[in-house]
Amino acid sequence: MTTTKRSLTALLAALALSGVVFAQTTLSLWYHGAGNEVERAIIVQIIDDFNAAQDDWRVTLEEFPQLAYNPSVVSAALAGNLPDILDVDGPVMPNWAWANYMQPLSLSDGVLDGFLPSVIGEWQGEVYSVGLWDAAIAIYARRSVLEANDIRIPSLDAPWTFEEFDAILETLDATGEFDYAFDVGMAWTGEWYPYAFSPFLQSFGGDLIDRSTFLTAEGVLNGPEAVAFGNWWQSLFTRGLTPGTSQDDADRETGFLDGRYALQWNGNWAAIPALEAFGDDLLFLPAPDFGHGPKIGGASWQFGVSATTQHPEGANAFIEFALQDEYLAAFSDGIGLVPSTVSAAAMTQNYGEGGPLEVFYELSNQQSLIRPPTPAYVGIALTFEKALADIANGADVQDALDAAVDEIERDIANNDGYGF
Amino acid sequence: MSGRMVGARNERYRVAWRYALLIAVALVFVFPVVFMVVSSLKPDLQLLRDTGSLRAFLPVGDISLDNYVAAFKRAPIGRFVYNSVLVTGLTVMFGLFLNSLAGFAFAKLRWRGRAIVLSVVIATLIVPFETIAVPLLMMVNALPWLGPDGLTFGWLNSYRVQIVPFIADALSIFLFVQFFKDLPDEIIEAARIDGASWWQVYLRVIVPLSGPVFATAAILKFLAMYNMYLWPLMVAQGETYRPVMVGLQYFFQLNVAWGEVMAYLSLITIPVLVFYLLLQRAFIESIAASGVKG
Repeated sequence: MTTTKRSLTALLAALALSGVVFAQTTLSLWYHGAGNEVERAIIVQIIDDFNAAQDDWRVTLEEFPQLAYNPSVVSAALAGNLPDILDVDGPVMPNWAWANYMQPLSLSDGVLDGFLPSVIGEWQGEVYSVGLWDAAIAIYARRSVLEANDIRIPSLDAPWTFEEFDAILETLDATGEFDYAFDVGMAWTGEWYPYAFSPFLQSFGGDLIDRSTFLTAEGVLNGPEAVAFGNWWQSLFTRGLTPGTSQDDADRETGFLDGRYALQWNGNWAAIPALEAFGDDLLFLPAPDFGHGPKIGGASWQFGVSATTQHPEGANAFIEFALQDEYLAAFSDGIGLVPSTVSAAAMTQNYGEGGPLEVFYELSNQQSLIRPPTPAYVGIALTFEKALADIANGADVQDALDAAVDEIERDIANNDGYGF
Repeated sequence: MSGRMVGARNERYRVAWRYALLIAVALVFVFPVVFMVVSSLKPDLQLLRDTGSLRAFLPVGDISLDNYVAAFKRAPIGRFVYNSVLVTGLTVMFGLFLNSLAGFAFAKLRWRGRAIVLSVVIATLIVPFETIAVPLLMMVNALPWLGPDGLTFGWLNSYRVQIVPFIADALSIFLFVQFFKDLPDEIIEAARIDGASWWQVYLRVIVPLSGPVFATAAILKFLAMYNMYLWPLMVAQGETYRPVMVGLQYFFQLNVAWGEVMAYLSLITIPVLVFYLLLQRAFIESIAASGVKG
């Protein structure tokens, strides 16, 4: 009798539990980080916590390797098979919003207070995505090298000026101790070019597109400021200050660590190996001011809600849940990126006060400029990459930039202005 | 006597030169594989530093299997290899059957419009897959399927979506047609006179005589399927169905783990080598006989 009662109780408990499980509506989440064990562990933890914290929604994860992610999402959109929640690279978001892959977020008031501006993905006045981290770029340098050559160590408040920076490159080159004075990373093609190099253009006073209309690049990508940038850019290669487009990945990875490059333009994701190699001698320096303020690129991967989800309230609830400081800090500690809020930064090993990467948070906060928030950016990025490679290889600067402007404007016209 | 000795010595020199040349050419082809395997045993930093010297081809320095251990931790390699071998194996198997039948029909059967249809089939060889990928995606997404869940529509996220569209293959049909054309009609006529049906002619006469072309078509199809990237990227959204080439992208993070990349590549090369070694004799015979190469 007792056994029967116990069995019945167990059965009822099991049914009740299964009832809870079945009451949860499943939401699919697509994420770009397959192959990154640490990142995966954190995202799985967030999902598990969310699923356990409420009874309405159950998020399931589908991971994609980063390089395969965008084509997979585009294919899924074509097939009408998008997930409920997806992550998106910040500069690509406007394109996906315009193409109706995504819908605006509907988060509680004040949830995004205190977030770095660069992690909030806005298009047409609405927030479509939000990032749990940002990335930042700095000039990697060694204190001992700078001091040995009487070079001033710049700060966020007093970055190198254009003339000062150019003279420093000449000085370092003249020592004969280095293969190159400044490695900008020409081996890293693709998104690296607009992400890392368009801030130089913007600091010169140019831009990738006229941000007042988002309909033309005339005058900003081929105007006098842009040409001045292009001439300086080309001179880096003609003067032998920078490795050219034939640089291979191995040199990019080891050149600075081996002491063959004096300075390196690199992201915070490469900071830990450099710190291990040089310890206290390593410096992360702000971008030079080429005349219109020092600039670095902003916006990394962000979460958004697909346009086709049947459960936007659940998708928004998950994103809001994921924005807790503890998760932002966990991502930062795990994969080394810049946390999205100052309160999360304080909880991290590297970005808190006195942390070895603290400077990157302020770089993001003070210098970052998001890439143009327009659906045309996807095409602009490819065009800009080609123009910079051509100029590096000796093309006429004005011709290369004019051709880039024509290409961008043709694309915008072919797409009826991309909604502007 | 002396003349014969000089002649023999010259012959030895010629053979030695020939072998030296062949070895040099062979090394050019072998070096990338040696580099891949050797690099898979080195830590990333050493691997990158060694690329500038001959050390890149030598198992020297800090050698270990750590990259293999890390690669297995990073990605479900077994699952990816299983998926690729399954998809490739079934496509090759069904492809050999279907395409050889088509080749037989084009080469040996007499029917109206045969030449035109063959021209159209061969013309599809010049159409890049990228141009038909999107329409093909829309098509397979609307196809019905009767499975455990009853009648469903859409083939995405399955093995069949990676197999069925690639069974019929113009290159394979072309190879079979070319080979079958050279088989004497007399043996077919003799079989027909003896009462064999066309099916029996194909199965009992044609297939046993066509080992080399089957091997060639199998190897070329195997390589094409095993290396497929774009299509599975578009249709296999779940990890469960992902093949090796999409799996390779798991190793390209912000900081690329080059040692693990090499370990992964070494592992996924094994099925290709095994398959080639199994069929190499017939493959070489086919090339020697027809001059066709991939």
